[in-house]
Amino acid sequence: MTDNSPALTSGLTMVKPPPAPSALSNALVFGWRAMLKFRHVPEQLFDLVMTPIMFTLLFTFVFGGALAGSTSAYLQFFLPGILVQTVCFNAVYSGMGLSTDLGKGLFDRFRSLPIWPLAPFAGLMVGDILRHLIAATIILTIGLILGYRPEAGLLGVIAAFALLVAVGFGMGWIFIVLGLLIRTPTTVMTIGFTFLFPLVFASNIMVDPATMPGWLRVFVNVNPVSLMTDAMRGLMGTGATTGQILLALILPAVLTVALAPVTLWLYRRQ
Amino acid sequence: MSDLVDNPVSNGGHAGIPLAVSTRGLVKRFGDVLAVDGIDLDVPRGMIFAILGPNGAGKTTLMRMLATLTSPDAGSATVMGHDLLTAPQKVRASIAMTGQFASLDEDLTGRENLLLLARLWGFRGRDARARADELLAAFDLADAAHKQVKDYSGGMRRRLDIAASLVVTPGVLFLDEPTTGLDPSARQGVWRMIRGLADSGVTILLTTQYLEEADQLAARIAVINHGRKIAEGTSRELKAATGSGFLHVAIADDARIDEAAHILKQRLAGHVQRSPEGATLSVMAGTPQAANDAIAALVAAGIGLTDFSMGSPSLEEVFFALTADERKPKRDEDAA
Repeated sequence: MTDNSPALTSGLTMVKPPPAPSALSNALVFGWRAMLKFRHVPEQLFDLVMTPIMFTLLFTFVFGGALAGSTSAYLQFFLPGILVQTVCFNAVYSGMGLSTDLGKGLFDRFRSLPIWPLAPFAGLMVGDILRHLIAATIILTIGLILGYRPEAGLLGVIAAFALLVAVGFGMGWIFIVLGLLIRTPTTVMTIGFTFLFPLVFASNIMVDPATMPGWLRVFVNVNPVSLMTDAMRGLMGTGATTGQILLALILPAVLTVALAPVTLWLYRRQ
Repeated sequence: MSDLVDNPVSNGGHAGIPLAVSTRGLVKRFGDVLAVDGIDLDVPRGMIFAILGPNGAGKTTLMRMLATLTSPDAGSATVMGHDLLTAPQKVRASIAMTGQFASLDEDLTGRENLLLLARLWGFRGRDARARADELLAAFDLADAAHKQVKDYSGGMRRRLDIAASLVVTPGVLFLDEPTTGLDPSARQGVWRMIRGLADSGVTILLTTQYLEEADQLAARIAVINHGRKIAEGTSRELKAATGSGFLHVAIADDARIDEAAHILKQRLAGHVQRSPEGATLSVMAGTPQAANDAIAALVAAGIGLTDFSMGSPSLEEVFFALTADERKPKRDEDAA
């Protein structure tokens, strides 16, 4: 392969565009791109699951006994929450990926094509959802090995994973907007975690808020991450009420309605 | 010189040929900076048209506006007959753009990049694969089809990037500095490719900061600087507009170059340009007699010459003359 070889030797035929494809078709093509990324960059999964695995081991074996009386009781409490945390943190990586793509001019190509403008983001979402499902499956498997048992059985787990996907979809918009606004991937990460840390730690994922000071308990009880965790515990454990599930879905729904138009505007604006 | 701007020299030459791109008073502002300051451009179909200018002249901004990536703050434009502002999706359907930075997915293979675009255009299954393979073969990338783009050389990337712009044959292909950063042999390869495309009927609008590139490739050249078009014509016309009676002198003693420039300026009343290397001075002399007198004056002052010649200005000298013109609007040599 040399660089001075003649290009465009002869037979390149002139091609007219085929009939314009549907928005859905455009989105699916971007979803296919996301799947190719898994094949070519499998190490991205390592980033996604290492932190939650470390958290699970650390909290279960170091703090678990002190927090819940026994490591097995703590794992039962903690595992649905760590899945929420994993999905929230994974969304940050997705924003970093977008910021990287934008910095390289790849999106200029997409923006100069006659396609559905939101299709590239729909594709990102497909990739995100796959990432969430793969990471959650790995963590659940480790949990099962350590002794976690979902009382609600397989159907409960499937319902919980569906909720997880909805949560990831909603949170994803925040980081798509950050990725569009900020051209430095590491800055996206810093801002993302600055915003996520209080949400994830001042929640009921790690501990029961009963021992927290009153002012903090007020926040923890309305923190959307707590609401999501409540619903996850219910779905995987002894059952969730419709109310709990709806509360968990408020933030993802609000984020989608509010940020999808912002995304489109930012994307077109440049 | 202003005639050249207001009345493109050979405007009559393409009257009647439909235009691929036509802009009127296009303006783009970034904060206080006017990146593009009222550009009128008519690019006939089927032509290689070059936009020549230094870094920061507004070339990329102009291209990005025409490719619908940036919206203009004022002015209007049509691309392949479609209005840029009211029908951007139709414009997108008839153009392709290859920017300065490869618009490729580094993690995917070359073939996957082309398949991705073919599918976005609406090719399905076998058609998409056939088009991707055809492009890989035509751009001599078949051997690298299954390599990830991050392992491609600069020249291969540029070829794949251009191939990616040809999945559907565009009415106009925008190439923003297509050879910047390439080594000379890769540059030759891209030039051959551009000529091949033009031969097959694609209109090509390219930007470059290399005068040689514009001279080699383009049927017409627009020179822009500080967001304005300062001249337009064929390479020959641009050279002729600056004048053919150009005197070039090479000074033996570098230390006396300022003195020599001063003498030439006094004698010939023209703008004296210094070659980038510094030892050669060029100035519009008008007639051989005037040039002779100027050389005699240098010799009388005891300034030794290693070489001198009369001839057409290089495109480089044209460019410097035109941009100097911008800095100092009143020039005497037009009278000469």
